[in-house]
Amino acid sequence: MTLTATLRLALAALIRNKTRSVLTMLGIVIGVAAVIVTVAIGVGARTSVAQSINSLGSNLIVIQPGSVTQTGARTGFGGASTLTPDDGLAIAKLSGVAAVSPTVSVRTQVVAGENNWQTIVNGVAPTYTFIRSWPVESGRFFSENEVAGAAKVAVLGQTVAGELFPNGDSPVGQTVIVKGAPFTVIGTLAPLGQSGLGQDQDDTVLIPYTSAMERLTGLTTVSTLMVSAASAGQIDSVTQDATQLLEQRHRIVPPQTDDFQVRDLQAIAQTAAQTGTVMELLLAGVAAVSLIVGGIGIMNIMLVSVTERTREIGLRMAVGARAASILRQFLAESIVLSTIGGLIGVLCGAVGTIAVAALTHWPTSIPPQWILASVAFSAMVGIFFGYYPARQAAQLSPIEALRFE
Amino acid sequence: MTPVVQVADLRKEYAMGSDRVYALRGVELTVEPSEFLAVMGPSGSGKSTFMHVVGLLDAPSAGSYRFEGGEVSHLSSDARADIRGRRLGFVFQAYNLLPRTSALENVELPMVYAGVPEEDRRRIALAKLEMVGVAQLAQHHPNQMSGGQQQRVAIARSLVNDPGLILADEPTGALDTKSSQEIMRLFARLNENQGITVMLVTHEPDVAAYARRIVTFRDGRITGDAPNDRQAA
Repeated sequence: MTLTATLRLALAALIRNKTRSVLTMLGIVIGVAAVIVTVAIGVGARTSVAQSINSLGSNLIVIQPGSVTQTGARTGFGGASTLTPDDGLAIAKLSGVAAVSPTVSVRTQVVAGENNWQTIVNGVAPTYTFIRSWPVESGRFFSENEVAGAAKVAVLGQTVAGELFPNGDSPVGQTVIVKGAPFTVIGTLAPLGQSGLGQDQDDTVLIPYTSAMERLTGLTTVSTLMVSAASAGQIDSVTQDATQLLEQRHRIVPPQTDDFQVRDLQAIAQTAAQTGTVMELLLAGVAAVSLIVGGIGIMNIMLVSVTERTREIGLRMAVGARAASILRQFLAESIVLSTIGGLIGVLCGAVGTIAVAALTHWPTSIPPQWILASVAFSAMVGIFFGYYPARQAAQLSPIEALRFE
Repeated sequence: MTPVVQVADLRKEYAMGSDRVYALRGVELTVEPSEFLAVMGPSGSGKSTFMHVVGLLDAPSAGSYRFEGGEVSHLSSDARADIRGRRLGFVFQAYNLLPRTSALENVELPMVYAGVPEEDRRRIALAKLEMVGVAQLAQHHPNQMSGGQQQRVAIARSLVNDPGLILADEPTGALDTKSSQEIMRLFARLNENQGITVMLVTHEPDVAAYARRIVTFRDGRITGDAPNDRQAA
């Protein structure tokens, strides 16, 4: 018998027992649908985390002050005040470095007329917009000259602009008071949205780092040096070179620990990717378990079906079916059952994914390889769990089978 | 002409619990083409076992069985299945039609396994349904038919591969007297007009009366073999 004839025969047999076939499929349908929905949400979440990490700036390397020991108590990272704008200038001269921006962060109250808002005021260099890939929306960003002159100019993030100027007036040209000093707003930034950690990145005011040091912190050191490598391939070498350079500049010799810490976002992104892989493995495990449960359901029903159809098997043997034909027939039935179940499951999963995405606004996406894998795995479940009942059927003696009551 | 069935010293024994059952103890029989033979005997006489061996549903323990001239007593189960499908037709007491399947598809079944092309199957199946007088029921399912009609469909199924021998095992056992007579007349007509060789197994003399030769079994041996001079019609 040809393959198509066998499949047609199997399909006909399944249609003859519609209710039972549908109920048997249900296990596989639910299993596959659950897998598709969880994978879609998982992959969607991972993609959005990766996107928001990338949105911090591509090829970004962050240098923070290290910990220091003061009278026996060690501060955490950032506790030391060791990084200076000159360190930044020196790093900018390293090969493979595209841009460097010192950053001075202060949480403080900002006032504009009758409105005020607590936000993070970041003192940065003009290169900051490039490093963060963060374009200016209206007005302009401050220049190197304004940094050199510690000018009292500010660029507002979307959230701050909205809170301080709720009437929808353009903030450009207005004055905001930061720690008692008036700053002229010269521009606003394009909206960036939430960071991967859920922070509102638009809740910030950018001013020249020199102004921040002079008027806000009164220190000669900065909180962070943000370094952008020219390409992803140069991140490692820049990280090493910057570490060496800072060790020289800070005169750190082996027994001493570095008073700074160099981290690149690639490492953070990799951690996120690893978490995602673990998630996917976990989901694959859940998928396997639910599909195996579905498969046991199929085996159960196929065994019942073989017993119920013993006389039919006997008759088929009497009219010329070989044992192999009977085996193929029942195997085909369980494979068709599980594969159709898998396909329906993918469909239900896709519908479920769309529903979840519509209700929760979570980003979702169904990778095609998971669709293929689910259907292929369903078919394999059919083969695995259908083989035993099919063999039982094929091994029947025609006489016994014909006599079966 | 080559005999359809030629058995010599045919023996069949099997274990039942700790006992050995000798179902056939040296059977000799020759069936020529176009014979209409009834096999009679009480339960346990070996007639059913004989039919299973002749029908290649079972292999003998010893002895020779030549079917259409070829020795078949030691064939593999696959080879037996192939001969069953192509050269033998079966009619059972319980009709054994596939449920929820049309008469036409039931009749097509042996041709599916014999590898007859699909377009020929439908045509042949319809012709055989016509021959047994139930062409109008081609699309009916077994549960929409009377016992007599179902048995006619089963007979049509046994005819589709133009078999050398039709084996009918108590074909009227589940039918009322009127339907029984109709079915037996159908067998007689097929034998008379088409020259089809029929071997009928029954324990009812009324049914055996339609055959032209009656063979009687007792204790695993043939104890009587005589032409039926007063064939019923």
